[in-house]
Amino acid sequence: MINVEEVEGRAQHSPERPFLSVENLAVQFKTEDGIVQAVDGVSFTLERGKTLAIVGESGSGKSVTAQAIMGLVKGMGGIVSGEIWLDGQELNRLSPSEVQALRGDEMAMIFQDPMSSLHPFYRIGDQIVEAIVAHRKVGRGAARREALEMLKHVGIPAAERRIDAYPHQLSGGMRQRVMIAMALINSPQLLIADEPTTALDVTVQAQILELIRRLQGEFGTTVIIITHDLGVVADVADDVAVMYAARIVEMAPTSEIYNKAEMPYTLGLLASIPRRDRGQQERLDPIPGNPPSPIHLPPGCVFQPRCKYWEQVPESQGDPRTVRPELVETSPRHYVRCLLPQDVRRRISHEVLQSLRGSAE
Amino acid sequence: MAGYVVRRVLGMVLLLFLLTLTVFFLFNMMPADPARLTCGKACSPAVIEANRHHLELDIPPIEQYQRFVSGIFFGRTFSKDTPRPIECEAPCLGYSFLRNTEVLTLIARAAPVTFWLAIGGFLTWMVVGLTLGIVSALKRGRWIDRTIMGIALIGYSLPSFFIGLVLIFFVILDWNLLPFPQWTTPDKDLGRFVQTMLLPWITIATLYAAFYMRLTRNQVLEIFGEDYIRTARAKGLPERIVVVKHALRAGLTPIVTAAGLDLAGLLGGAIITENIFSLPGLGSLAIGSVLASDLPLITGITLLTAALIIFANLIVDLLYAVIDPRVRVG
Repeated sequence: MINVEEVEGRAQHSPERPFLSVENLAVQFKTEDGIVQAVDGVSFTLERGKTLAIVGESGSGKSVTAQAIMGLVKGMGGIVSGEIWLDGQELNRLSPSEVQALRGDEMAMIFQDPMSSLHPFYRIGDQIVEAIVAHRKVGRGAARREALEMLKHVGIPAAERRIDAYPHQLSGGMRQRVMIAMALINSPQLLIADEPTTALDVTVQAQILELIRRLQGEFGTTVIIITHDLGVVADVADDVAVMYAARIVEMAPTSEIYNKAEMPYTLGLLASIPRRDRGQQERLDPIPGNPPSPIHLPPGCVFQPRCKYWEQVPESQGDPRTVRPELVETSPRHYVRCLLPQDVRRRISHEVLQSLRGSAE
Repeated sequence: MAGYVVRRVLGMVLLLFLLTLTVFFLFNMMPADPARLTCGKACSPAVIEANRHHLELDIPPIEQYQRFVSGIFFGRTFSKDTPRPIECEAPCLGYSFLRNTEVLTLIARAAPVTFWLAIGGFLTWMVVGLTLGIVSALKRGRWIDRTIMGIALIGYSLPSFFIGLVLIFFVILDWNLLPFPQWTTPDKDLGRFVQTMLLPWITIATLYAAFYMRLTRNQVLEIFGEDYIRTARAKGLPERIVVVKHALRAGLTPIVTAAGLDLAGLLGGAIITENIFSLPGLGSLAIGSVLASDLPLITGITLLTAALIIFANLIVDLLYAVIDPRVRVG
């Protein structure tokens, strides 16, 4: 009986399910101060070859979400619940060694700080070779040739010489290229880039983003890019998910986010992007206050304490200080977590985005 | 790299020179009068003066030092103008008139005992300390971690004479598992050598392993928080490789530092352990020389011990460069 169900379940799921489907993902950490709910009920889907940007402040749970998909959270003592479907396989149910076999092979990750993400004691070529032989039966000579090819491919000049360099002998941009080469060496289907440009010079940032986009096109890789900078994602992402206090608060196609964002937090993020075309006298408009402590979340809407508009919520919707809003689809593929009625949200959105555009003119 | 080694070796030579200077004058400024100690209570001033002359203590200290240093390189002769002059060939570290033997001969006789004691203890505590430290780090917070750290705390707190005496009492006297220690070299009688050294090794290893367990555990846990460990896991490497190749290697530097200096310190003589187990090593020799105010011997042993530490420092620094490519500059 159970078998029949399982077979049916699989037959139903694998062809129809999107390439990546995260369903009700939650991550908890037990600390001495209490339980930290790092990720709470995160769901999203991603089609093969597409790019999703997860945007949020530090501590919003975006990195933990990524690491949970990679299966890295359990080793850190986190408790993961929910389902992560990657190419028809549910990852959260797999054993640690099964996930380990997928890591670096089916799915790969690059990190924020290339200065500290490469092992300082080993040559970069050897570190890439290590990633190859961990997943494939290849001789060291062949693996080294492959590593060299990949280093050239990600634009490392004089790769024949650099392959024997130690990380400290390379610049930050070069190191991030090495990280990208190492992540893509086994042609992963899914690449997660956790703030790949944050630690780099502005001039290098654009190069690295361009590189990721180019390689994505070549390899057909599905990409999740995590950033705190909404300005970064405009050119790269197909969809944007905005996270705040362990939850997705708004999710939509990229152009929809830039032109029709409805959640006050997203609007706040948009308003705080520095823009060259804005006047000198114009001041940035930061969101007041700080994100809540993950141990003591507000009982109602998590953004309410920092929200300028919460008093406009009508009584019929409930008090945002005590009622938690759900993530609802406000228009096709556009999800918003907010207690404000749709017409009020759209009016506020219009005003804010209009004033941003106005100040640009 | 070659330049680095040359610089370090030159620095070591300079340090050794300063060391002889310090040690020599420190001990020769001491109130004990070596000339007076050469004969008993009923000594006439004339005899003392004569002995002072034999011992070359009647010349200015600077000249004494010159002769001492030149003796190290070219050898020297004591009691020149007596019927029985004493030839001390280079390297001459001095002559113990109390024991009527060259200092170097005394040291050479005691050194193998200490060497075997130190090496055996060292290997034991490194294997035990590193293994249990890693296990403890991997099982952090579990009962096995708590047990290991509890044992480490006890081992760390107990003085070596207590551990040694308890071992002698139970293993040798009460349970008759081992014969009473009787020093012999491993080539003469390997069986008795091991039987003799087993308890001293355990005594020393208990003391040091406790420290290395804690050090290794802390290092591994600290390195586990590094970004490149996350990268290693993200590559899909097996946890065993992550721990040994990535974490332990990166955390090795302080362990190597401590190990080098601890080993060098032990090679200079484990005074308490040697005494408890009646091992005629450098520690016993040092204690004997101090109790007898045998100044040439004290000077010799101190120099040797200090030189060992300096040498160990050099080795440790060179090992850094082997471990960490970032050190290999210039």
